[in-house]
Amino acid sequence: MLIKTPKNSSLKDSAVTDESVYHDRRNILKQMGFLGAGALLGSAVTSKASAGFFSDDKPSFSTKALTYSKDTKNVGLLKTPEQKVISHNNFYEFGAKKDQPIELSQGFKVDPWQLTISGECDKPITLDYDDLTTMLPLEERIYRMRCVEAWSMVIPWVGFSLADLLKKVAPNSRAKYVAFETLYDPEQMPGQASRRLGGGIKYPYVEGLRIDEAMNPLTLMSVGLYGKTLPPQNGAPIRLVVPWKYGFKSIKSIVAIKLLEHQPPTTWNKLAAREYGFYANVNPNHDHPRWSQASERRITSGGLFARNRIATLPFNGYGDEVADLYRGMNLSKYY
Amino acid sequence: MSEGIHSQSLIFVGRDLSPGFNMNSSSKVLILKIIIHLGALLPVINLYFLAFADQLGADPVEAVIHFTGIGSLNILLLTLCVSPLAKFLKQGYLLQTRRLLGLYAFTYALLHLLNFLAFEVQFDGMLFISEVIDRPYITVGMLAFILLSALAITSLNRLKRKMGKSWQHLHNSIYLLVLLVTVHFYWSVKSELIAPLFYFLLAIILLAVRHKKLKRLIQSMFA
Repeated sequence: MLIKTPKNSSLKDSAVTDESVYHDRRNILKQMGFLGAGALLGSAVTSKASAGFFSDDKPSFSTKALTYSKDTKNVGLLKTPEQKVISHNNFYEFGAKKDQPIELSQGFKVDPWQLTISGECDKPITLDYDDLTTMLPLEERIYRMRCVEAWSMVIPWVGFSLADLLKKVAPNSRAKYVAFETLYDPEQMPGQASRRLGGGIKYPYVEGLRIDEAMNPLTLMSVGLYGKTLPPQNGAPIRLVVPWKYGFKSIKSIVAIKLLEHQPPTTWNKLAAREYGFYANVNPNHDHPRWSQASERRITSGGLFARNRIATLPFNGYGDEVADLYRGMNLSKYY
Repeated sequence: MSEGIHSQSLIFVGRDLSPGFNMNSSSKVLILKIIIHLGALLPVINLYFLAFADQLGADPVEAVIHFTGIGSLNILLLTLCVSPLAKFLKQGYLLQTRRLLGLYAFTYALLHLLNFLAFEVQFDGMLFISEVIDRPYITVGMLAFILLSALAITSLNRLKRKMGKSWQHLHNSIYLLVLLVTVHFYWSVKSELIAPLFYFLLAIILLAVRHKKLKRLIQSMFA
């Protein structure tokens, strides 16, 4: 059953011991009075240190085990350790630094939750928190996740196909696009309340897909990872996962899905259209102005010396399943 | 006239004003230098210890690159604080810490670049070169690094003496350098502009303090 998972998590267990040594080091430094001097020179390590201090007495969000069918096809993929998946997140609603979401989201309330699916369809519905995990059978999908910043992970999601959800609302013939929206709640999401934390993007975060992309069987509505419900920093209680597109398309903590006749606006495209297109398909031949997209660093276990740079594949390696969607399109124009 | 002469006179002022303290200037400089060494070295030792042990978050590569980059900019700004602070406090001996601070700004910048080369592009030479050429923020960062290297190399006393007047001309480029570094930071971020703008403002303030000298420099360039 759980073949690889214990291997990864046991690695992490041994690392916990190291962390206590690390805590001691910090105390020694503090006693010597050099921590202040260190803080002057940089922020990464010291912010980590203070985060560690405070997280010791903060209650963490509790996830629940899910019942689901296993992914038997992709067991060969080396997964990113769970601890890394849940501590390295681009979720600006909880802070624009990657280690902030895990710190700033632990009090997030996901129950009650309402997800409305409406627009160009015959049977609009509103799902409650319990519906998210009970309405459709759950399955594990081990997917590669490629960030536009040229790093990637392999994550065992749990969820159901978006297509199966959309079939429930019976889209009509005018439904050409699907729009998604993240919760807007500045009281719970400090990044929405503060420009400094929120990284200067407009909220609520919105995303969109063409209807045929949304109906592709790979497109997943995820409610969990590593066999448990999603933690807030990964988009609890429900998020989108589109594995052949850059990560920013996979919108988190969704409250509304709308079927539309016209292409909806999307957050990063609005902010910098030259850098982020509507399609955002993983494409090693189309460079982002900031990052070469020809290769990526796969985040697995191992520290600084992990030789983890690998070639990026067109459509993140899912070309067999999705390349047909874009037949005849100029992918350098529609990036 | 030149900052060198100015600093000489300040050193005397510093000595004149110190009778209230039991400690002489050279002891103070020694203590400051020890603090600078420890303050610069301990954080990087801690950083690499954590990074090699995979204890620096999920992506130690990004963490070490950001830490050394921001660290270099912080020390560079600190270096630029020294002479205004020495004048304001009338403590000329402070100027004797400036070279060491500058050399640590260079050391952090060197680590920043080596981290990028070794851990980000992982010694893929072609990728490294194309990144430097294609990404404006990396091009600017590289320019700043080349300038900073020139300042670091010519900080040797023997070279300083050999260069005579041109030494001061070269080292005046620190004002351009600090602007390049803030632009490098500003262009590197996706949307979170507040921190880079804050650093840019700090740099502008430190340049504004020297507006007379900068005005003279600019005038002499066009004279």
